[in-house]
Amino acid sequence: MTAASLARALTLFAIFIAHAKAQPAFAVQQIAPGDYVHRGQDDVATAANKGDIANVGFIVGSRCVAVIDTGGTLAEGRALRDAVRKVTSLPVCYVINTHMHPDHIFGNAAFKQDNPKFVGSAKLAQAEGMRADNYLRALNRELGDAAKGSEIIPPTDTVDGSADLDLGDRVLKLQTWKTAHTNNDMTVYDEKSGTLWLGDLLFVRCIPVVDGSVVGWLDDIARIKQMNPRHVVPGHGPLDAPWPQSLETEEHYLAELAHDVRAAIKRGETIQQAVDTVGVDQRDKWLLYEIYHRRNVTAAYAELEWEQ
Amino acid sequence: MIESPDDTRGHSAVFALLASLALLAPCMTQAAQPDDDPDKVARWIDFREGAFKGRTVDAHGDAVIKLDAPVRAADAAVVPIAISAQFPQTPTHYIKKIYLFIDENPEPYAGSFEFTPESGLASIETRVRVEDYTFMRAIAETNDGHLYSAVRFVKASGGCSAPADKDDGVAERAAGAVRLQAEGKAVAGKPELAQVMVRHPNRTGMAMNQITRNYATAYFIRKVAITYADKPVMTANVNFSISENPNFRFYFVPGGNGELKAHIEDTKNKHFEGAVAIEAQAAGQASAMK
Repeated sequence: MTAASLARALTLFAIFIAHAKAQPAFAVQQIAPGDYVHRGQDDVATAANKGDIANVGFIVGSRCVAVIDTGGTLAEGRALRDAVRKVTSLPVCYVINTHMHPDHIFGNAAFKQDNPKFVGSAKLAQAEGMRADNYLRALNRELGDAAKGSEIIPPTDTVDGSADLDLGDRVLKLQTWKTAHTNNDMTVYDEKSGTLWLGDLLFVRCIPVVDGSVVGWLDDIARIKQMNPRHVVPGHGPLDAPWPQSLETEEHYLAELAHDVRAAIKRGETIQQAVDTVGVDQRDKWLLYEIYHRRNVTAAYAELEWEQ
Repeated sequence: MIESPDDTRGHSAVFALLASLALLAPCMTQAAQPDDDPDKVARWIDFREGAFKGRTVDAHGDAVIKLDAPVRAADAAVVPIAISAQFPQTPTHYIKKIYLFIDENPEPYAGSFEFTPESGLASIETRVRVEDYTFMRAIAETNDGHLYSAVRFVKASGGCSAPADKDDGVAERAAGAVRLQAEGKAVAGKPELAQVMVRHPNRTGMAMNQITRNYATAYFIRKVAITYADKPVMTANVNFSISENPNFRFYFVPGGNGELKAHIEDTKNKHFEGAVAIEAQAAGQASAMK
């Protein structure tokens, strides 16, 4: 081997190593023609996962692109935007937020430069406004530098009931729901591919989080069950979730929660007693049970003790 | 995140590990810790001096009063607590007042509960907001003027600055509905457990709306006065430290037929009332179903 060829070999080797060490690009999967989704990590937001814990993605029409949820930080929003650019150079005309939670909205600012319409429930802005202080404090505390530049961009266009967005030969049907996961849940149905983006109205594997109403959520599920999508995108958990099984599993958890809490209230048990006993058999069935289940019981009890 | 190819994986991995360990710990420099000395907390010392002016507070009050609270709150805005009197009220020896103090809350003095011999048991259960990791204290004052305290450490955060309700406006529009009920069968002469619930946002005034830049005004229940047969059995003077939709469990001693009444006031001077007739069986007829 000559010195020159050795040098060349070493250079190529170094480039190979550099690429091997470089982080993989923000991965998106085309789960249906034109529907691209990034799977977030099944975890709470930490410095290690940089807040990338929700499923976010985009839909490509003939005229423009709609982004659906933008992730937990500005950085993630940028990565999502880069992923859009790898697929198409069409403009982003809509950034849709399915609900107010930080893991779904803090990447919005990455799309400001595209001048899209930011779309969400008519109740989204108020919900975000009330929580912004807490969310930003928690974001900076948990994620530090990874959260730099993250801000809340509330919707410019709101939906109360249903609305259609046209991406060019592609109509998205937006729908708001009775208070369930939150009081500002909104779903997106892509008619062309039969893909239903449920946001956090559907949790798969990760425990459903009640931050709205357990009764309302069960009512909404009964209606969602009537739908017959070809593909389903949950807010958390494996993409293209099995239908209707994934919804039924979630329904089972919520229905048991409501049933057992009602029984506890009827027996005269205190909220702490309910928290200590309701749903302990669900522990191994859901990820993040330890973080969220007792809070779900508290929320359900505070809601159901006022039932007639 | 695209790393620069110049980063060595080893260095960045160690840094990430250290960073995540540091961030996993709650704000350690400022937050209270369970193994702090509860007698050395400045806010408590100030309050004690102001409220009790040099009177001794017996920190080993187990024979008089116990405080139960979760070690780790499931929801910081709804933390269930139970203050249990350790002896029944009698005309010669009874707890007349219990003070509740939550050290690290923006308003640490959560309120007081007054009792009489007719209360039967000076126990009270409710739910409170907890803003940060903190000691929580119940201080009982007996009729002879002695003071006893019970202390617990609770891990929770954000309870006071959490938004008012999960469905804006629902709690406020429904505000004022009162439920008052006795739990179980009343037996004359025996302390009977009762519960009063009132729909109310019980707002702290500390949740800022970033869009409007306004703070929703503080709006909360400030007084709950319970009487049985027109005699006071439990009077709570409280504030927004109590969770949304305040809920109190307390005791009274039924005798023959009488009415349990609740008179509730909030900071807009609105009054809400509740009443329930109590039919007490004579002691010894406990098997009869009502």
